[in-house]
Amino acid sequence: MALLEVQNVSYSYEKNKPVLKNVSFRVEEGEHVAVIGHNGSGKSTLAKLLNALLIPASGTVTVDGFSSADKKSLFEIRKRVGLVFQNPDNQLVASIVEDDVAFGPENIGVKREEIKERIDFALSAVGMQDFLKASPMRLSGGQKQRIAIAGVLALKPKILVLDESTAMLDPAGRAEIAEVVKTLKKDGVTVISVTHYMDEAMTADRIFVLSKGEIIKTGSPKEVFSDRETLKAAELCVPLATSIADKLKENGVDVRGDVFTAEDLGAALCV
Amino acid sequence: MRDVSFGSYYPAKSFVHNMDARAKILISIAFIVAVFLVRSFHFLGFAACAFFVVLSAVTARIPFFKVIKSIRTILFFIVLSAVLQVLFNKNGTPLWEGGFITDIGLINAGFIVARITLVVTGASLLTFTTTPVELADGIESLLTPLKLIKLPVHEFALIMSIALRFIPTLIDETDRIIKAQKARGADFESGNIFKRLKALIPVLIPLLISSFRRADELADAMDARCYAGSKNRTKYKKMKLSYRDIIGFIVIAGLITGVVFLNKFYIVLAVGV
Repeated sequence: MALLEVQNVSYSYEKNKPVLKNVSFRVEEGEHVAVIGHNGSGKSTLAKLLNALLIPASGTVTVDGFSSADKKSLFEIRKRVGLVFQNPDNQLVASIVEDDVAFGPENIGVKREEIKERIDFALSAVGMQDFLKASPMRLSGGQKQRIAIAGVLALKPKILVLDESTAMLDPAGRAEIAEVVKTLKKDGVTVISVTHYMDEAMTADRIFVLSKGEIIKTGSPKEVFSDRETLKAAELCVPLATSIADKLKENGVDVRGDVFTAEDLGAALCV
Repeated sequence: MRDVSFGSYYPAKSFVHNMDARAKILISIAFIVAVFLVRSFHFLGFAACAFFVVLSAVTARIPFFKVIKSIRTILFFIVLSAVLQVLFNKNGTPLWEGGFITDIGLINAGFIVARITLVVTGASLLTFTTTPVELADGIESLLTPLKLIKLPVHEFALIMSIALRFIPTLIDETDRIIKAQKARGADFESGNIFKRLKALIPVLIPLLISSFRRADELADAMDARCYAGSKNRTKYKKMKLSYRDIIGFIVIAGLITGVVFLNKFYIVLAVGV
């Protein structure tokens, strides 16, 4: 059984205006999945369905054997699926880093000694262990978002869902989060990144392309970004390196092979 | 605006800063009681209270002008009460024949000034030496017994600490909105007071709307982190009374005893006279 199973899920905020239509997929333990889609494609709704913030109108979301339709398993699901949002300022509850990270464990009744351990674990997982007593207000956007991730990690989730968590960050902040995701993957955390940065999606194992509430394509980054028609239908663009390679080809430069990352482009050009 | 320090916390490493917030709150309340225990016509009691304020300020390493400055905000109120006392007190003998200003009026005005000044400076020492977060935690801890009569103490404390947490965020936001409106030609500086107040409407409305959006997102984020109220919740922060707090309690107990003693002493004297 897969760690996360989404079966025929539909959801609508208003009647007859479905945001998600019959969405199904599975995510295995340790996988890194990216969900890409245009604004209004239903990405954020999907993210909220994964940790039972929203309950599907039809279909089921099953996490580690717990169905989100069952009210009693609500907290079992939220403990397993950590959700990080877009704006770090609106996720931090406390004025001191350690208090904020402690918020989650306090909520689920973890004992004081263990909370201390969890804070140390979560802060070192995001490389913020030196900021234990700092005030989040004085940190950069990337650092604040790392604290928000630590706050979720302190609940020891099996799956980390990043709902456009880099959208409000500058390139340096995005790089910080990418680094954190890399470390977490190494530690075996399943990561689902909801994003509209194609370069970020490139680092995933699999990509789901969401368009108008439906998954129109699933596949490895190479498969997805080679399928220009699907991308066009979903109103998405290709990674920067790919579009540079395209432009070069148009202008008669000999670019061999598929180009998806800066490294690919370098290799293709410097033969 | 980012580094704006709200409240009046004065960061320093001192004996008083290191005291438990609960102890400091209780001592402050006791101090206010002491000030009000001082009987009228008895300046020695006030002198004892003033000595306590000076002693606390010195051990807290707070520059003295800071403490004095804390009166500034209510200076108008102090002056007003003093003037009212002087003008409308009918007791005592007039200072001059047919005059309406009496000696007791003047003395009473002096008492009022001393009382308010002492209470405000004493209370300011609490906020100078305790961060807003510590204060909120301290109040929560002190109110815990009220849980017995089903008062939502935990929720109250959480609301307080979230409000504190969002003050700088909202100040930043206000700043941004004002700049955005200025960039579109809004004028906040000219015109009379009504015009200026009206100019603030295009700032307040976006601020209000964005606060609601923030509240919504914060609620989602709290839900996502398994928040379910105070039920089965543990507390990470542990407050511990130390020898410092014991010393603080002894000193304030000494002050109250002193004030009560001085009151009695005065009566004996008065009877003696």
